Amino acid sequence: MRRSLAFTTAFAALCAAGTALVPTSAAAQEVRFMCYSDGNECEVYDEVLDRFEADNPGITVAIDVVPYQAILENLPVQLAAGEGPDIAKVTDLGGLNEYYLDLEPFVDAGYWEESFGGTLDWYRGGPDRQGIYGMHSQLTVTGAFVNATLFEQAGVDLPGAGASWDDWANAARAVSDATGAPFPMAIDRSGHRVAGPAISYGAALFDDNGDAILVDDGFTAFVQQFVDWHEDGTIARDVWAGQGGATYQDAAQEFINGDLVFYYSGSWQVGRMDEQVGDFFDWQVIGSPCGPAGACSGMPGGAGIVGFAETEHPDAVAAVIDFLAQEDIYAEVSARTRNIPGHLGVAGAGVEFQDASDGAKAALNAFAGSLPDIHPAAFAYQGYAGNRAMFGITVERVSQAIVGELSVEEAMERARADLEAAMAESN
Amino acid sequence: MATTNEVGAPRVPTSPSIEAATVNAKGDSIALRLIAPIMRLVEIPFLALQRLLGVNRLAWVFLLPNLILFGLFAFLPIILNVFYAMTGGDNVLLEDRPFVGGSNFNTLSSCSDFLDPNSCVKDKFWRAVWNTSWFVTLQVGFMVGFSLLTAIILNRDIRARGFFRSVFFFPVLLSPVVVALIWKWILQREGVLNAFLDWTTIGGYNWLIDAQWAFTWTVFLSVWAHMGFYTLILLAGLQAIPRDVYEAALMDRASAWRTFTKITLPLLAPTMLVVLVLALIKGVQTFDEVYAFTGGGPGTATTFIIQYIYEEGFAGAPRLFGLAAAASLMVAGVLVLLTLIQLWINRRNVDG
Amino acid sequence: MARVLSFLTATRGRNGKLHWTDWVSYSYLLLGVFLMFFPVVWLVLSSFKTEADLQRYPPTFLPYQQQTIVVDGINDPLPLFEITAGEHEGRTLAQLRRVGLVAQMIDPANPDERLRVDIADRQPVQEVRLALENYSGLFERFNFLKFFFNSTFITVMATIIMLLVNAMAAFALSKYQFRGRTAVLLLVIGTLMIPQTVVLVPLFLIVTEMGMLNSLWGVIIPGAATPTGVFLLRQYMITIPDEILDAARMDKASEWKIFWRIIIPLSAPAIAVLAILAIMWRWNDFLWPLIVLTESQNFTLQLALNSFQGELQTEWSSLLAMTVLTLLPIALVFMFLQKYIATGIASTGGK
Repeated sequence: MRRSLAFTTAFAALCAAGTALVPTSAAAQEVRFMCYSDGNECEVYDEVLDRFEADNPGITVAIDVVPYQAILENLPVQLAAGEGPDIAKVTDLGGLNEYYLDLEPFVDAGYWEESFGGTLDWYRGGPDRQGIYGMHSQLTVTGAFVNATLFEQAGVDLPGAGASWDDWANAARAVSDATGAPFPMAIDRSGHRVAGPAISYGAALFDDNGDAILVDDGFTAFVQQFVDWHEDGTIARDVWAGQGGATYQDAAQEFINGDLVFYYSGSWQVGRMDEQVGDFFDWQVIGSPCGPAGACSGMPGGAGIVGFAETEHPDAVAAVIDFLAQEDIYAEVSARTRNIPGHLGVAGAGVEFQDASDGAKAALNAFAGSLPDIHPAAFAYQGYAGNRAMFGITVERVSQAIVGELSVEEAMERARADLEAAMAESN
Repeated sequence: MATTNEVGAPRVPTSPSIEAATVNAKGDSIALRLIAPIMRLVEIPFLALQRLLGVNRLAWVFLLPNLILFGLFAFLPIILNVFYAMTGGDNVLLEDRPFVGGSNFNTLSSCSDFLDPNSCVKDKFWRAVWNTSWFVTLQVGFMVGFSLLTAIILNRDIRARGFFRSVFFFPVLLSPVVVALIWKWILQREGVLNAFLDWTTIGGYNWLIDAQWAFTWTVFLSVWAHMGFYTLILLAGLQAIPRDVYEAALMDRASAWRTFTKITLPLLAPTMLVVLVLALIKGVQTFDEVYAFTGGGPGTATTFIIQYIYEEGFAGAPRLFGLAAAASLMVAGVLVLLTLIQLWINRRNVDG
Repeated sequence: MARVLSFLTATRGRNGKLHWTDWVSYSYLLLGVFLMFFPVVWLVLSSFKTEADLQRYPPTFLPYQQQTIVVDGINDPLPLFEITAGEHEGRTLAQLRRVGLVAQMIDPANPDERLRVDIADRQPVQEVRLALENYSGLFERFNFLKFFFNSTFITVMATIIMLLVNAMAAFALSKYQFRGRTAVLLLVIGTLMIPQTVVLVPLFLIVTEMGMLNSLWGVIIPGAATPTGVFLLRQYMITIPDEILDAARMDKASEWKIFWRIIIPLSAPAIAVLAILAIMWRWNDFLWPLIVLTESQNFTLQLALNSFQGELQTEWSSLLAMTVLTLLPIALVFMFLQKYIATGIASTGGK
């Protein structure tokens, strides 16, 4: 008895010493998180991670908020030079795979597979790769916003579910003619945005071996239609013709001003529409229209949080990301940042978006509801490591066709050659 | 007031001495007085080196800090650039990049007809080359023309001369991104220029989605932003022309046109050369402001060569550092050639 | 023809009466003032407009905001509208909400009665008000002083280093005859041919190797190596007569003393221009600090202000406010150094 008491005291003392040692030995565990915001993401992460730091006294997380341009252009160079951060919020999900830290040894793989399912593939950089590399922190879906008030003023009925791109183009033109709104339609200047419609027009994007081809008859058919719409004034030229290179350009401003009837963008615009349109007019999300190939596909997308293998504290990095992946934390962040969750458990339970109006909630739900319509090719495209090159090629060559520097055939021929060259150069 | 300074080249004191020289720049000496103790301290090692090396070799000591900085941060990157140009792939680190020899140069220069970018493998490169050529021709022409006109007017005996001089210099201080932003904001579809044109019933226009107009505005914007710098240099050149030359011309009853062509222009020639060389080099290198202004669009209408290099090697996917480096060396080669031609023409004119 | 040119070549006006060439000159200069200043004035005015006001077309000169009114029994202030047609024409009503094409409005004087108005028949009531929230919003996002300090430190240090180093080099290249002078000069001019944008990656690797990544010195030191400075200063120093130097040497002045007691003071105007240019270059730098500085506490003002630029959205209101904020210090420098631009600086280059 005495002995066991002594033993337990000694054991307790050891434990106490042990726990006392942990913070001192791990005090140097500073983890740097390179973050960019589309809204308030970095602020929310900062607050949530304060709680993590309180629970894990050995780890501090320093958040560096950078312009998105730094994530896109500088981060890869820094990683290649071995000077990257420990954690980052990225959008080139598969392309940076070679630098990622595999979280599998550190986390409950079963929970992650169950919670994130398909989006884990996007971080693997290839179809037959294993491992857990990133947490999809915000899922986005492309889709269309329509100005319902303009439709009402014009006395035109909104085309119903299953309406095609043609139906919407005709309706939008009719509304624009009747109300004097200058632009019937607009699509963001981005290769990602036109991928959904292209798939609905029959683009396969990949051949039977899973190699990227980008251009096929379906893709060309969509580009032809897209260029024609620019020529007949259905689509606002400002967006695609007002820029050069692969520069991103949206048309949210025109939509918010009530100058635009139909705007194809994505779920990330909901917060902005909610705040800035306010009471000016009624707007609605209608998902993605259908194409002649039968599909009514949008494109999934979004950003995720990854750790880098270069880090000195892999366990701390994994702990931070795993913390953010826990269902309650993930649900809270989704609600506060007003993003569609990529966490299946959170999505299944539904998110009570904070400070969102009824209209915004309906819009976010409409986007979430269009997820099942997304074609498998769209998921494959999103998960393809070389998709950034393909997006860039699409924008540059299609723009040239729109402004008349190249015919559609020439542009498609060039796009094919560009893709081949890009594939040959990248390993 | 400060008119003694305006004549241009520093006045040569009749009995040259250190005192006379320093007194001449009295107004600017406060800052110098503050650092005087430091300078006196630096003098000690310099004096030792002067005894050791002699006066003329001391020049290298003066050059040394600059050569170190230049060597590390200007020459070394260029040398590395040469190595990049001879390697392929999209790896950042040189040791991971496969050697490909001149194939980057070959890819860039394979065209069946150099005048038609569509016949080239890298059509965008050649579009950028031709756009840049047109842009530089127009931009340098207008820039030098307006700078000269402005400098001549500012050199007249006008009221509030100081104010006007600084006004024209003001845009030089703006960052390229700000310059682009300002004009984009004015020229956008619902911008203030269109509002004005609508009001005058001429009617607005969507300037930046029309290839010709977008190009025209990039020339305008670039002249607007940099004119002040060249005006300043030309003004200095004009002021350095001694007045008695003009007075002599006046005595000879030479016509104004003759005075201008036979006195002003030849005496301004060396300054003009500086202006032309700098304007040409900077013109070819135009990037930031146009990139932020039109992004190179519509299509590729305002994509210039540095933007092509930046996108190919840094912003695009995959990052083709090799191709970008090869393109940059080709541009540098052309610039060296153009500068030499300018110097040669100048020398011939001076000799003849 | 000759008269046109007499105006071009005249260097002195006629006392008292204005010659017609003076009129032409002044018109040209006034047009210049308008062209050079109006865009900036417009930018500053626009930065005080709300996002909604920025979208108004045609734009107004001064910033306007819609008037609001607090009505008893309703928590939020309501926007005021003037009714331009229909049965309530001429009244000023507050809007409760809008449903489709019809707005529900109330008379602030009589808040119990709900009125229905066609949305085409109402006009917002505007008043001039500065949207200071564009600015305060920026300040809330970050520690302004810290970033301001970083930017100032970088600008001041880089300018001092650049001026000193470039002046020394220019002195050597203009006032000494030594073997290799032409070669050095050609190398300096040669680096003019390749802009920094093009060698970002090699430069980044060099700075990383030297351990200057993520340090303010990584921005300061590479920035000091600019050929333009050497080029401009040398062109100026050539004009300083050699006799002064020879006289000083007779007085047994050391070369260093000649440099900083004679050459520097005599080159002051040129150094002042270069100082202005250097301050502007370093202050406005964006691309290079963006790649070198990765940790927030080292960010410059330009980086911090851009740090909320997301992937997918730009807001003109914050963008314009941000631009004006970074412009402010430059404008101050301009005001202080303006006299150099007006007089002394004008002697740069030449010969």
